Amino acid sequence: MERVPLERKVLNENGRIAEELRARFAEHGVLCLNLISSPGSGKTTLLERTLESFAPGERVAVLTGDIQTDNDAQRLARFGFPVKQITTGGTCHLDARMIEKALADWRLEDIDLLFIENVGNLVCPSSYDLGEAAKIVVLSVTEGEEKPLKYPSIFFKSELMILNKIDLLPYVPFQIALAEENARRIHAGIDIVRVSCLNKDGLNEWLDWLSRKRAAARAAATSAAIQT
Amino acid sequence: MHEMGIANSILEAVRTEARRFPDGHICKVGVRIGELAGVDPDSMSFCFEALVRETDLEPLAIDIEYCSRRHQCRACQTIFPAPMEGAQCPACGGMDSVFVAGDELELSYLEVEDGTSTSGT
Repeated sequence: MERVPLERKVLNENGRIAEELRARFAEHGVLCLNLISSPGSGKTTLLERTLESFAPGERVAVLTGDIQTDNDAQRLARFGFPVKQITTGGTCHLDARMIEKALADWRLEDIDLLFIENVGNLVCPSSYDLGEAAKIVVLSVTEGEEKPLKYPSIFFKSELMILNKIDLLPYVPFQIALAEENARRIHAGIDIVRVSCLNKDGLNEWLDWLSRKRAAARAAATSAAIQT
Repeated sequence: MHEMGIANSILEAVRTEARRFPDGHICKVGVRIGELAGVDPDSMSFCFEALVRETDLEPLAIDIEYCSRRHQCRACQTIFPAPMEGAQCPACGGMDSVFVAGDELELSYLEVEDGTSTSGT
């Protein structure tokens, strides 16, 4: 019997494709954001409010993942930006190969901002790198303050937590300060924005966060282009 | 439930590595799973056993090392288990530490029976 040491990531093939995607996004100055939440937290509605805030001609695109149906793509296509549904047919998360395939007939030159709406699931999507610049976790106030402690992986890996449906706070026993404290116990540096997609409270704060990230992605692409 | 997909990725990696041991049989694979990897070790074992059953890979066991989140103290450099941010260093009592490990999802070793390594890589 011989024991052979190995140093190999389990998902190294996914990781390889994700790094290729990341390099392509960087080259074209595309800010790619991976939105993750439980089913029903409001990712699609948040994207609807976001897309409707953009002027026609903004270079924005969306990939939206679901196990079945193209309902989300239909909802999001109404705003006139490129939208593509990825139907996983049972798989509970998106992986890098699905993204690579979905992007095959899109020109990254025409896109500055790419949203990936992951399959509604707080666990599995956190393991799969999609080449994004940042993961964003959406938590709605109907879900409970303990979510960051119960599902630490996604809160640890997300750059931003969007606390959604804050218009419901008067009706649900949700302690918003405790939810934020729990998220920071898992990830001290996480950004937090409170949003209502219904009455649009906090939406500007989210759009400001997006603008800052887009500006940073553009600046990085420009400085990389100058150096080469 | 993505443990089935991950178990399958482990088996693919074992098959790839197995080419290095044409005369041997891989009987155990060591896997490190960090608590922040988002993978449930029990579910992982269950899926792995189901995928291996009645294939040419049998008998193949999985040895899962579940790794806690660890921080390194900025003051004295000690690495210690830190379930959350703001944990206190057990060595010097310092409160300033930085995350160093806990999101592993990697293969750590293979146990090969009657085999010899054909190459170093």
